[in-house]
Amino acid sequence: MDSPSMTARIDFDTWLALTQLHADYASALDSGQWELWPEFFTDDCVYKLQPRENFDRGLPLATLSFESKRMLRDRVYGIRETLFHDPYYQRHVVGTPVIHSADASGIQCEANYAVFRTKLDGPSTVFNVGRYIDTIVRTPEGLKFAQRLCIFDSEMIPNAIIYPI
Amino acid sequence: MNPAPVSLAPPANPAADLHWEAGTSRIPFAIYTDAQLHQKELERFFYRAHWSYVGLEVEIPEPGDFKRTVVGERSVIMTRSAEGAIHVVENVCAHRGMQFCRERHGNKKEFVCPYHQWSYTLQGDLQGVPFRRGVRQDGKVNGGMPADFALKDHGLKALKVATRGGVVFASFDPDVESLEDFMGPAILAYFDRLFNGRKLTLLGYNRQRIPGNWKLMQENIKDPYHPGLLHTWFVTFGLWRADNKSELRMDAHHRHAAMISTRGSSGQASGAAAQVTQVSSFKDKMALEDPRFLDIVPEAWWNGPTAVMMTLFPSVIFQQQVNSVSTRQIQPDGHGAFDFVWTHFGFADDTPEMTQRRLRQANLFGPAGFVSADDGEVIEFSQQGFAQKPFHRALAELGGREVGDTDHMVTETLIRGMYAYWRKVMEA
Repeated sequence: MDSPSMTARIDFDTWLALTQLHADYASALDSGQWELWPEFFTDDCVYKLQPRENFDRGLPLATLSFESKRMLRDRVYGIRETLFHDPYYQRHVVGTPVIHSADASGIQCEANYAVFRTKLDGPSTVFNVGRYIDTIVRTPEGLKFAQRLCIFDSEMIPNAIIYPI
Repeated sequence: MNPAPVSLAPPANPAADLHWEAGTSRIPFAIYTDAQLHQKELERFFYRAHWSYVGLEVEIPEPGDFKRTVVGERSVIMTRSAEGAIHVVENVCAHRGMQFCRERHGNKKEFVCPYHQWSYTLQGDLQGVPFRRGVRQDGKVNGGMPADFALKDHGLKALKVATRGGVVFASFDPDVESLEDFMGPAILAYFDRLFNGRKLTLLGYNRQRIPGNWKLMQENIKDPYHPGLLHTWFVTFGLWRADNKSELRMDAHHRHAAMISTRGSSGQASGAAAQVTQVSSFKDKMALEDPRFLDIVPEAWWNGPTAVMMTLFPSVIFQQQVNSVSTRQIQPDGHGAFDFVWTHFGFADDTPEMTQRRLRQANLFGPAGFVSADDGEVIEFSQQGFAQKPFHRALAELGGREVGDTDHMVTETLIRGMYAYWRKVMEA
């Protein structure tokens, strides 16, 4: 089911909206305005940041595992108010999405991503690399993520992940 | 005229050169920054006279299953043989020394080093060497191993293995004391509380590389001073507060410890006036938008405490924080870094709701956890502070300068205890 050759056909407006969603998501997360992040999701969304080894082996543990937009807001509060951490910039580079299926209700797709981290006194380094596996739904406010799985190859995390991927 | 002889003798005992002002309440920064000391720690703590954690039995449930891990900085493989017994062998081929096992886990009938195809049983016995009897060509036999070459002399290094409650430990030291004696009765009781013989289930892994000395992670979980201050979540939701009912327990050597705490046993009633709620990390107005993060359901085996954090010196931490249980393995890599591997588990009799609860509460822990992410950060910045002035020392004087069990957590006695043991072993 993950075969990239199974690309479904969608109309241009849907394609434009989809690539815009990916670009907007990356732009929001790199801006440091964490409050923007939950707004890309539906109220009962699923968001997981999961090491590839767990995903591939069917082990359910995720590094972060959220089951509602409210949990994402709690994370934003944590980043802002409760989690002590070294400040850093992050920069997402997201590949062209592969579309597995699309219909009137939404789109199943995935896209590669790389996140670079730049600490204030250091060089930019590769921080977290993986793929997004998405279930995107149409809503009156446009396309939203009903589920976003961030399955990362970078299993040995460079100390800590604070900001959203 | 001959040049002055170059001394090849090792330098004087680096541990004896450290300057301790008194006891172990002032810890020399150099203890974290010296490469020679680190080598000696590996030798004395990880490779001699101690048990190291290598994994859970549930990680290798079937015959032929294996998991690659480390003891100290030495690569080892935990295997389950055809007969079902657990073995731990060093991942170094007897022939040319290659670390032949590259997969992190899997299932095999035998181990074969790809370089020259020397093959080993899952318990490490050498079973075959290509061209051992030479190669026949034009009526004559070329090469071959010497006639007195015996397979039985060239197995993989097999470690001593101990299992208890589904947890697997290994030691390079054939003369190491029993696992039970190693833990001592006080710590063993808390170990048995968590691993009480129920079958475990494997929930998954988190891995993080922390650029700090490995001992700092032992200290972090021997330090009940910081959780109610650094970890806003803990203090605000009462999971770990300085006024919770608590105990600190050590083994007779003061190397292992258990921090035992009961949530909500005091404090909340005294409200905002209580001293703990005046710490800057306490957030009066903080409320979760989704309270399922803290959907805590008491379990019968807790037998009271809501949190028991165990440090087993030198290699592992066992976590119970409400419904979240995990092992955290310390894998040193030089004096300035270690890999920290979290294995979250559950119990075979968990309901689906309990499994979901454990996974949800896991959001508090690990390299991105609401609580634990900042532990890695503070360790990194402590190491940076040590590196810039290794002649200086840290303080661990909360609760006095002595070492002993307490019935409160306003003390750094466990850190002092660990270094009392460290000095005894390292200065000998």
